[in-house]
Amino acid sequence: MSPKPTSPIALHKALEKIWGTPSGWGRLSAVNHNILGKRFMVLALVFFAIGGILAMLIRAQLATPNSAFVGPELYNQIFTMHGTVMMFLFAIPMFEGLAMYMLPKLLGARDLAFPRIAAYGFWCYLFGGTILIVAMLAGYAPNAGWFMYTPLSSGTYTPGINADVWLLGITFVEISAVTAAIELIVTILKMRAPGMSLTRMPIFGWYMLVTAGMMLIGFPPLILGSMLLEMERAFDLPFFDPTRGGDPLLWQHLFWLFGHPEVYIIFLPAAGVLSTMIPTFARRPLVGYNAIIVAIVAMAFLSFGLWVHHMFTVGIPHLALAFFSAASALVAIPTAVQIFAWIGTLASGRPKFDIPMLYVVGFFIVFVCGGLTGVMLAMVPFNSQAHDTYFVVAHLHYVLVGGFVFPMLAALYYWLPHVTGRRSVYSLSVPAFWLILVGFNLTFFLMHLTGLMGMPRRISTYPSNWGWDWLNLLSSVGGFLMTMGFALVLIDIIMQFRFGRRTSRNPWKARTLEWAMPTPAPSYNFAAIPEIAGRADDLDVNVLGRDLAGGKGYLGFTRADRQETLGVDMMSGEPDQVIILPQPTYLPLWTALATGAFFLGLLFKLYWLPPIAAVVVIVLFFLWTRPLGARRNMGPIDIGMGKAVPVDGEVRDNVTWWATLCGITADTTLYGSLLFGALYLALIAPGWTDPAPPLDWLPAIGLVTALAAMALLRRAEVLNAGNRSPLPLLLAALGLGAITALALLAGMLRIPDPTSHANLSLRFVLLTYCAVHAGVAALLALHAALRYRAGFVSAVRATDIRITRAWTDYAALAQLPAWAILLLLAGGAR
Amino acid sequence: MSTLDPAGPAAGNIATLWWVMFFGAVVLFALVLGLLALSFLRPAAIASIKPMHWIIGGGLIMPVPILLGLLIAALLLGEQLLPKPGGVAPMRIEAHASQWQWRFAYPDAPGSAETDVLHLPAGEPVDILVTAEDVIHSFWIPRLGGKIDAIPGHENTIRLEADEPGVYRGICAEYCGEGHETMGFVVEAHAPADFPAAVGAAP
Ligand code: HEM
Ligand SMILES: [Cu+2]
Ligand SMILES: [Cu+2]
Repeated sequence: MSPKPTSPIALHKALEKIWGTPSGWGRLSAVNHNILGKRFMVLALVFFAIGGILAMLIRAQLATPNSAFVGPELYNQIFTMHGTVMMFLFAIPMFEGLAMYMLPKLLGARDLAFPRIAAYGFWCYLFGGTILIVAMLAGYAPNAGWFMYTPLSSGTYTPGINADVWLLGITFVEISAVTAAIELIVTILKMRAPGMSLTRMPIFGWYMLVTAGMMLIGFPPLILGSMLLEMERAFDLPFFDPTRGGDPLLWQHLFWLFGHPEVYIIFLPAAGVLSTMIPTFARRPLVGYNAIIVAIVAMAFLSFGLWVHHMFTVGIPHLALAFFSAASALVAIPTAVQIFAWIGTLASGRPKFDIPMLYVVGFFIVFVCGGLTGVMLAMVPFNSQAHDTYFVVAHLHYVLVGGFVFPMLAALYYWLPHVTGRRSVYSLSVPAFWLILVGFNLTFFLMHLTGLMGMPRRISTYPSNWGWDWLNLLSSVGGFLMTMGFALVLIDIIMQFRFGRRTSRNPWKARTLEWAMPTPAPSYNFAAIPEIAGRADDLDVNVLGRDLAGGKGYLGFTRADRQETLGVDMMSGEPDQVIILPQPTYLPLWTALATGAFFLGLLFKLYWLPPIAAVVVIVLFFLWTRPLGARRNMGPIDIGMGKAVPVDGEVRDNVTWWATLCGITADTTLYGSLLFGALYLALIAPGWTDPAPPLDWLPAIGLVTALAAMALLRRAEVLNAGNRSPLPLLLAALGLGAITALALLAGMLRIPDPTSHANLSLRFVLLTYCAVHAGVAALLALHAALRYRAGFVSAVRATDIRITRAWTDYAALAQLPAWAILLLLAGGAR
Repeated sequence: MSTLDPAGPAAGNIATLWWVMFFGAVVLFALVLGLLALSFLRPAAIASIKPMHWIIGGGLIMPVPILLGLLIAALLLGEQLLPKPGGVAPMRIEAHASQWQWRFAYPDAPGSAETDVLHLPAGEPVDILVTAEDVIHSFWIPRLGGKIDAIPGHENTIRLEADEPGVYRGICAEYCGEGHETMGFVVEAHAPADFPAAVGAAP
């Protein structure tokens, strides 16, 4: 039953009715990526403004020697918040928002894979960020620096709530980073337009795939570190305390294991923007598409091997220094590959100039300079002089502002017409650019010299006899020039919304899919999904856009008021399923509020609240899946162009399954970081005396029951596939999971005084980790049982059982390394 | 205060390394931006370069030898700065950091007292053994050489030498709380003959 063709206008109305978001308070139920992407970006810009105001306070204080404008107490909060806000609340969410808004459009999908998770991530970001800002306004901002080194950030030396605000607020925000990573990976792999094989994907898709993959394994070490430090602060469990078997350097390893990849996580999306924009202005396809893919993958791998270059002065063996120094210098190569691919594209094209190109040139000037100082800092002897001075402050702003802010400004001017449907008002754009470029270099170029002249970072004031006065004054003047430039950009944006000329559909004559739609973009993106027959960054989008609006393509119709988009085979891009996306709902908001209650309970030490909040979150998540799936098999359904494919619930290779695997991957890295921490403390850290109480074998019951649950679920899956009821086995797995969790919990409680030594606190967290996972396995078994009872599970609609099985496997197998470490710890380790 | 005004061999070597890297960086910067400018202003001049040659030339052929040379130079330099086994063991001085002050002790000068000012014999290397009591600090005398962190539970060593007798400034380089910027110290380098008297040791 292929629906009959309709006019473009009628099709638009029909789709808008299904995909649109209610107005008024109903906006709070939005799950559409158009809205969420913009929300992420606007909020990120608000935080950029806050971070910028803090930067101005810093520059006002440092403009003159012996300044009494703010004292050290306040200054420490200001610079900590400046760094924290810029890194966690501006940069990361900014590109997440851009990717959420852009990716479905570049790939030819109608929305992201998990719209509600995107909404939940947004609320977590908003609430977590709000906690930090409110704390700052109340005078309780974190004050231990954005990398929160222990022991300074531990309970002894920062007794107040300040450090908890950082640890809990940032962890809350990081939920949105991990969910965004999963969302983006699955969307890129599974939701491209038919025919868009991986090798035809627009280069931005590759950049974001690599970035999201890095986020998936980059953030867990930080989340783990934050949890350990919060446990040390709140419950006195020693992990970093050198007097009780901990080591402050463990924090540094965990932090930079995240922190270094983080810098590339911020740079790569910006580089993706450049690789998308430069071909448009060079009027030729990107040079070295394949070389760039190799370069970014290499960068991703290398970036995880570099973290020690932030720790060159902590007293590391010389050989390790040499290794990390070489690895750090090596990243210059994939960077150079990209730089020259861009220059090559311009040189062999017919470049034209426009506002976005101004910022691209600004990027080249600033970022190349930052890259060169980066290579200098990778040289250990030089690093030992420049480390922790204003030279590093200069370097980091050259790479972050050059490698992120300039490309984002270019992106802003490039894609704002997509959002507003209007052109920019040129009279302001050009002076704004020059103010920013000149102001930036005045501020930060001089800081290289300030640093070499011996000025350490993070000092609230300095005496006047060391030759730093005029440098600092000029830096401050530059800072204010730059701020004026940013203010002009803001006015420029407002002007564009109000007075910009309406533009034609594709103002830059770009050749990527996001322009094959009306602007501002409709909620459903494409009235029909195109078939892609070549590289997706070289399409005739004007013709394509007209065809798609007329419904020529896949799914160019509406059906049963469902939000339908296509899923494809990961490699080839052959369509293999219809993905049915959920409608707007308040559930993400409620769930994020309950999650917020959990974090606030921990923050204010109201320890009765977090367990209640956790139960509410679990119940709410049970409600999430209710609108999903179907109670009967539908078989292949028509998708237009003479093809028919099953719906997502009836295929094995669906987005839920891939998201589960991604989630387990992130969890494995978190666990890997914990195991690394345990081994590090037990084998490498100094000052490990051995109280080593013997091993308690009681929790081993949990290992047996977990392995049994694993076997049961395998059997349940087989029964279900044979159309027989898996219900008794699911319930048995639920029981076993509960016993496992209880046995592990008992093991935790039987540890004699876990606060006395890291040997015992490590055992405590290992058992906690395993207990939580067993508990979640039990809940998933319950969930699968309920879904089966309600008729959502059948031999072909088996996803609920499969993800329960995958998780149960993981929860059981995770106990094995835990036991290995427990044995090591009980054996006295050394 | 300035690292560019070195007063010891370690700082001197590093300053040389810096100037080499600085001029190298200027050349590379000019090269990259020059090519970028050409692609807009005089496209004909470089239009004949094949697309792939940009990547191979700029991404591999140019950076690899530069990085290799730099790494080797830095490695050799690093070796030189390293406390080497064998030879005469230099004098040891203990630097102990706490919020927010430095205390120095002289285990190799019998009878010496602890001081707030760091006394050094000029013209000979000394090994500074750096420890911390509470949080992480960092021991740094910019004109003499690089810095080393003072970490509770760890003992780190840095070898420094002042060429001439004189007064230098030291500073805490790692953020250590509210008194961080006040945690400077004075360094006095003495002619070797005057050193024992300066630390109150038996001559
Ligand atoms: C708007 C212009 C900006 C100015 C004038 C500025 C200024 C400064 C200054 C003076 C410091 C040193 C504070 C100190 O060590 O006492 C600093 C630190 C820092 N800035 Fe910026 N900044 C700006 C933008 C940014 C941006 C866009 C980012 C990141 C995307 C950023 C990230 C950081 C970080 C991570 C630190 C280190 C904070 C710490 O030491 O804990 N800044 N900034
Ligand atoms: Cu200090
Ligand atoms: Cu300090």
